[in-house]
Amino acid sequence: MSTLVQPQRHESFLVHRRFLYLWMALILSVSSVVAYVWLEPVRGNEGGTWLGYTLGTIATLLIAWLMLLGLRKRIYSKGAYSLKAWVSAHVYLGLATAVIATLHAAFQVGWNIHTLAYVLMMVVIISGIFGIVAYARIPRRMTYNRQSRSLAEMAKLCAEIDQECGAIALPLGDRFVEAVRMAQQETRLGGSTWRILRARDPRDGTEQALARLRKLATETHGPDARAVSSLMVALGRKQSLLQTMRRDLRLKALMDLWLLVHVPLSFALLAALTAHIVVVFFYWG
Amino acid sequence: MTGPIKVAIIGSGPAGLSAGARAAAKGVSHVVLEREPRFAETIQRYQRGKFVMATPDILPLRSDLEFAANTRETILGIWDRQLGEQHIEIRYGSPVRAIKGRRGAFTIELEQGGTIEAENVVLAIGVQGNIRKLAVPGADQPWVQYQLDDPDAYEEENIVVVGAGDAAIENAIALTAKNKVTIVNRGNEFAKAKLGNQTAIEKAEAAKAITVARNAQPVRIEGNKIVLKVPEGEREVPVDRIIARLGAIPPKDFLASCGVMFPKEDSTGFPELSTTYETNVPGLYAIGALAGYPLIKHCMNQGFEVIETIAGTPVKPADEPLLEERLQGLPGRPSVEEALAAIKSGVPLLSALTTLQLREFLLDSETRVALAGETILTHDAKGDSLFLILSGAVRIEVVDRRGRDRTVVRGAGEFFGELGLVAGRRRAETVRAMADTVLIELSRRSAVKLLASVASARAYFDKITIVRQLQDDVLPELTEEDLAGVIEKATIERLPAGKVLIQEGAQDRFVFMIRSGSAVVSQKGPGGASSIVNYVPSGELVGEIALLRDVPRTATITTAIETEVVRLDGEEFSRLLDLRPDLREKIEEAAQKRQLEGVRSGQDGVKGRLTDFFVEEGLGEATNALLIDDSLCIRCDNCETACAESHGGIARMDRDAGSTFAMIHIPTACRHCEHPHCMTECPPDAIHRSEANGEVWIDDTCIGCGACQQNCPYGVIRLSYAAPKKSSLLMWLLFGRGSGPGEVKAHVEHGHSARKVATKCDLCKDIKGGPACVRACPTGAAIRVRPHNYLQHFGERSG
Repeated sequence: MSTLVQPQRHESFLVHRRFLYLWMALILSVSSVVAYVWLEPVRGNEGGTWLGYTLGTIATLLIAWLMLLGLRKRIYSKGAYSLKAWVSAHVYLGLATAVIATLHAAFQVGWNIHTLAYVLMMVVIISGIFGIVAYARIPRRMTYNRQSRSLAEMAKLCAEIDQECGAIALPLGDRFVEAVRMAQQETRLGGSTWRILRARDPRDGTEQALARLRKLATETHGPDARAVSSLMVALGRKQSLLQTMRRDLRLKALMDLWLLVHVPLSFALLAALTAHIVVVFFYWG
Repeated sequence: MTGPIKVAIIGSGPAGLSAGARAAAKGVSHVVLEREPRFAETIQRYQRGKFVMATPDILPLRSDLEFAANTRETILGIWDRQLGEQHIEIRYGSPVRAIKGRRGAFTIELEQGGTIEAENVVLAIGVQGNIRKLAVPGADQPWVQYQLDDPDAYEEENIVVVGAGDAAIENAIALTAKNKVTIVNRGNEFAKAKLGNQTAIEKAEAAKAITVARNAQPVRIEGNKIVLKVPEGEREVPVDRIIARLGAIPPKDFLASCGVMFPKEDSTGFPELSTTYETNVPGLYAIGALAGYPLIKHCMNQGFEVIETIAGTPVKPADEPLLEERLQGLPGRPSVEEALAAIKSGVPLLSALTTLQLREFLLDSETRVALAGETILTHDAKGDSLFLILSGAVRIEVVDRRGRDRTVVRGAGEFFGELGLVAGRRRAETVRAMADTVLIELSRRSAVKLLASVASARAYFDKITIVRQLQDDVLPELTEEDLAGVIEKATIERLPAGKVLIQEGAQDRFVFMIRSGSAVVSQKGPGGASSIVNYVPSGELVGEIALLRDVPRTATITTAIETEVVRLDGEEFSRLLDLRPDLREKIEEAAQKRQLEGVRSGQDGVKGRLTDFFVEEGLGEATNALLIDDSLCIRCDNCETACAESHGGIARMDRDAGSTFAMIHIPTACRHCEHPHCMTECPPDAIHRSEANGEVWIDDTCIGCGACQQNCPYGVIRLSYAAPKKSSLLMWLLFGRGSGPGEVKAHVEHGHSARKVATKCDLCKDIKGGPACVRACPTGAAIRVRPHNYLQHFGERSG
């Protein structure tokens, strides 16, 4: 990744430098397939042929390099590197690894450590594909949902609404004050992964407060009715803000969900791969 | 006292104290008269713990009192001790009513009665003047005050602030945190105040944090009530404390009453002084801020020098050896005095300066001789100084905006290099000496100060630069004589953002040249709705189409940001074009090109609206902005983390904040404005703009005063403590030492020495590879670009 000119326009990691890494991955995969077909491997110990060793070595090196992305991402060094270029290469060379490793295994499976390594690798790659899809689709949805407001702004708005509601409720009496207190103190964002992904809280304070207010509103007449209705309007606004924020958290969680598979399993893959190599060299022949 | 004293010193600021100290040291009979009950009132009123600078660093201090950069408390403490040790005669609480007489026989009348006879008088009263008092019955209460030291000192009080200036607004808003505040404005608007304060008061009023009484005047104070006269009648406001910020009576009037004269052509308000600080009244001297020198070190040196002069042992000014050094490049080795006279008569830009001012400006400059044929400046070189030609001549080669080479000759008395001065950019010209040429090179800071403080220099500079800009950008090959008619009627106008220059359909015939800033062109579409079709950067001519075709205005042109334009008279301009048909053709061609461009971008709806969005967000004045493609942004905040990791643990951007349109998100991060708002006010001069990439950055002499933060309209400057030092990745990984990548630990306990300093994006100027945020973006969502370039290429396929 030599000197990079500062990019002057937006260009996705997928199209980085006119698909440079896609082309590299294609060349690598196609030449592997050609070599595999050309050399017509003998059925049996394909991994043990010279082509098998070559493909295995390439796949191992690729996996080691692919895993370095995690480190590269966290070393904020000087120098003309571009993380986007790394990600672009990671994606395409990662996909190529599936082809190369499959050829290395010569389509053989069994209940052993070798196949475990292969399966783990495929799961990691498939989760990665999920990641690409998520990255391609979800950012837009997050932007539409947010409508140019930041989470901090929305949280601040909610706090302001709470304050406003407190002031309106005070002269209306204890039952209203209690409802508003519930909206203020028993509204939570986030929590368990499950709750985040559901994007709603069954015991949400604001929702409960609104339900109570609705009931109270039918019993309120005269000059207080106007205050009650403005209270409802304010809480309704808060509710829709909360909805937006929860949707935002949900989308962010969805976008990152694949990483929960991708990252731990790639470490498992590293372990299995090591075992696979050790077994092959020490116990095979 | 028997007989007159040798010298009476009015005012006990740094200048007056230093004069008193010198008089005491020399055994000259003296008295220092101070209006307030304590010395150095202005410095006493600085906020607690304020760090006082001792600029200019190169100037040696010459005083019997010590002074070096330190906190307000330390400096005042040292002076307090030295005043006692050195037996300086000070009379506190003695305001002066009038000064009469001349050398040898001055009579000083004091406010509280009594007179003092003195042979000489030194005025060191500063520029604050006498504070205007609230002149209503009942205003003599102790809780009616004219300053606010510490807003946190008052709680749960009813406070009325009287006044509509910056001081009144700032005090009032600071008090709202813990008190019920009413601000009383004689008028309807707060037009006198800075824009930031106007917005602040509007916001506070909207949030009901403050009550604003408009068109209101205090009538009397009764018990714990202040009575206001309002259009509806009288209104009572309960009050525990009144803070009146009504400004001051300028000392100019006092000086005039003493018979002091002021230079006629200038409105700066400083008296005409001899090189020994003597006014036109013999024996009456003026020093310090009153003489135009607000810096403490200048004041103290002048106090010293003026007493030496009065005692008959005149000394050369403290800056004399420095000036000698500066002027040693002049041929024939003239004395400082001769050199100053030659410069004053030979360089029109400096001719209106007083000798004292000239000395100060030259301190920050270099003189040199360029031999015939020598290259003085090269195109694209760094540098932003202004060159004045004392004798000789230079040949200047410029490539104008249309890519043509042009050569101009500048002779004695003229200046060059002003392009760097105006825009702070790299040199646009190559300059060679045609004969042996004597040059004065004025630093940018000095040149800017010169233009800001001397009105006649500004007018001269403006006139010359309009001619040059017209020649460079618009009408090359025209001589100054050709342009004389146009220049005669040209006016320079500085306009705020959003001002309409030209209204579609109007019949006027002015032509405008945009000097700095930018404008947007909008046109009514078929449905009658107006949409933006073009963006005009500085250096362009607008409004010429109506003139060329003799039609009503075809589009509306509005300033996008604060913009400086030259308004040219249409008739004079057509006369010029009639004179030169070839020019008419060229201008016609440029106008057509712009019209076509406008039509094209008018067709592209998104691009037009995106331009609109950029302009609204203030990107019109940005030279380098962080733009995030929201459809690519995976909200990982790696940009922010990388920023923090590259800048000592403190991120200088906020990705999540900011507006979005058409998937383009403008996060809160410095845009490196063309004319940075932050740079307008920085006491230690710690904010710089680099010539190389135009980045605006803050160096480590920042004193944390927060002025830049307040002046930045985009909220990109933060005041923060330094983050704790980070351990290496390996140490964190293996031993859990320090914080991990991107983790920011709450800052550790700071000692007393810790100060918050201003931090902002510096475009990673010292980091190889450029902005860390861009390099660390995994998906290509974050880029840093010049918005104008981005829009030009918007919609094109990447390649």
